[in-house]
Amino acid sequence: MTSRELILGRLRAALGATPTTPEAVARSYRPAGGAVDLDVLVHRLTDYRATVHRCSDGEVAQVVDAVLGGRRVVVPPGLPRRWLPDSVEVLTDDNLPTAEIAAADGVVTAAAVAVAETGTVILDAGVDQGRRLVTLLPDVHICVLRTDQVVAGVPDALARLGPDRPLTWISGPSATSDIELNRVEGVHGPRHLHVVIVPA
Amino acid sequence: MSEIFLGMPATAPRGVGNLRGDEPFPVAARRSLADAQLRRNLGHATATIRAKSAAVIDEVPDWQELREAGRAIKTDVMARLPELLAQLEVAVTAAGGTVHWAADAVEANRIVTDLVRATGSDRVMKVKSMATQEIGLNEALEAAGIEAVETDLAELIVQLGRDKPSHILVPAIHRNRAEIREIFLREMPGVDPALTDEPAILAAAARRHLRRTFLSTRVAVSGANFAVAETGTLAVVESEGNGRMCLTLPDTLITVMGIEKLVPTWADLEVFLQLLPRASTGERMNPYTSMWTGVTPGDGPQEFHLVLLDNGRSAVLADEVGRQALHCIRCSACLNVCPVYERTGGHAYGSVYPGPIGAVLSPQLTGVEDNASLPYASSLCGACFDACPVMIDIPSILVHLRAQHTAAYRSDHRLPSAEAVTMAAAAYTMDHRPLYEAAQRAARASRFVGRRGGGLPPPLSGWTIGRDLPQPPPQTFREWWAQR
Repeated sequence: MTSRELILGRLRAALGATPTTPEAVARSYRPAGGAVDLDVLVHRLTDYRATVHRCSDGEVAQVVDAVLGGRRVVVPPGLPRRWLPDSVEVLTDDNLPTAEIAAADGVVTAAAVAVAETGTVILDAGVDQGRRLVTLLPDVHICVLRTDQVVAGVPDALARLGPDRPLTWISGPSATSDIELNRVEGVHGPRHLHVVIVPA
Repeated sequence: MSEIFLGMPATAPRGVGNLRGDEPFPVAARRSLADAQLRRNLGHATATIRAKSAAVIDEVPDWQELREAGRAIKTDVMARLPELLAQLEVAVTAAGGTVHWAADAVEANRIVTDLVRATGSDRVMKVKSMATQEIGLNEALEAAGIEAVETDLAELIVQLGRDKPSHILVPAIHRNRAEIREIFLREMPGVDPALTDEPAILAAAARRHLRRTFLSTRVAVSGANFAVAETGTLAVVESEGNGRMCLTLPDTLITVMGIEKLVPTWADLEVFLQLLPRASTGERMNPYTSMWTGVTPGDGPQEFHLVLLDNGRSAVLADEVGRQALHCIRCSACLNVCPVYERTGGHAYGSVYPGPIGAVLSPQLTGVEDNASLPYASSLCGACFDACPVMIDIPSILVHLRAQHTAAYRSDHRLPSAEAVTMAAAAYTMDHRPLYEAAQRAARASRFVGRRGGGLPPPLSGWTIGRDLPQPPPQTFREWWAQR
């Protein structure tokens, strides 16, 4: 007998010959489809120490210049080039060695979805967001978000996303509460998160 | 051997893992209670997190509806556990992962050790995981010559301090910043001797210390917060980014998961991703949540193993009252509100699962005889039930386990316990009016013997170790009534 058969047999025995029929799950919590309030998103992002910039698509390059001008920046292969100022040294991630990504000063990506209520930006590893490690190793992450990517709550976000891609939900910069349960920003992930919100 | 015998639900084996303490709770608790520094650290930390959690829960208008949905989804999971596990296995395998089944801690440790050996690596990096602490994986790997590096800040503090974890969420909750600074100065190679006890400085020291490990270790071991049966997706919630490092950078990822961590569908995550952060760290959302389904070509580990762990869970499932302990999502809200935990800390519980949930989960995983004192490590005040985001009725399970323990004592001993004799005598006395009145008069005589709170003489002294004996009144109600 394999352990698989053993465990499944134990569980069936534990439930008995006539397992109780599970009750229907009452989902009376707020469903997807709530109104999106961009101000809530900005408040929640700022509250968790992300820096928020609101500008036109044409002004993104200026923001990148102000934050990372003169530095080395990793970008995913599908990132719109118009977002990158001439002042940054661009490293396009076409399978760059890990050490090279770790040595970069910052990373610029797009996003897949953002959740206003929780101040969360979600990346789904699309071509303008890149492999998971590019947004992990550099110390500064600039994430460009379109307003039509913002949803009200967590149920809306899951409805827009799927299991076929790896997902990274980001709510503020890397942080810890392990020392006396006080939140401290800046452990292993990027210590600086900039969210640039542009009109759709 | 008959099939029925083999299929019997089994408790976690002895001699492996960290589910059993070395001494009963009252003995260990007495030592913790005498540690003033520990009590200060715990009091400060639990008060902080209670306030944070209450504030973000207040922001959500449908908290009770979310709790109710969480409870119902987990009830459904337990009722359909065999079929959902089989569904998960199919989905993970289809997405390029390999599923392993571990009946107990010994088997799980062997599976993980063999998988690490097969990679040729002699070091693994770990994301904080209750399941791997439960089975004693680090000790098993060490015995096999494999170094296990804990990467969660609190776990690192515990590991460097050669200490034991004392809280589900914040294993180093019993340490304050000054103590953490001392541990880092003593144990962290190459640390700046000018290190201060500022939390941000301490966190930066951990960042530098672990960076090389993250970039050079080829194998990682993680736990899982959720697994979606329908899609084979696994989720890990964390704060620091050490989880993302372990889930993204190595070639091989091994995830050890208790079989109860399932949710049926993708959409079910919407309930738990709202409940967990607010109940746990008191955040609207934790800084990082990673979700992955099998292997993604060109992104992250190209080899993924999922180890499904029983280790006593089938025995918990067999108890219709106690099985709701398997609904636990390890948020630790019940620890933070518990008046017992706040005073004794986690070490007193012996098991890796401390606090109210530990007091119901550990005895069920091991069999109540191996953790017999834990169901009594509670005042039954019910704060844990109110705080639980999936509405586990911990007080009812505690009472249920106490009854089990008493029944087991009765069947194992020819003579009844002193408590049982006393209770039987009290019941008889209360049933007979002349006896009861005589007993009241006798009790009044005790007013003149010894000081208040002095306790009962042996063999009844056990009752008054932790309880004040009430002062009998000068006049009983019956006497007062008779005079009117």
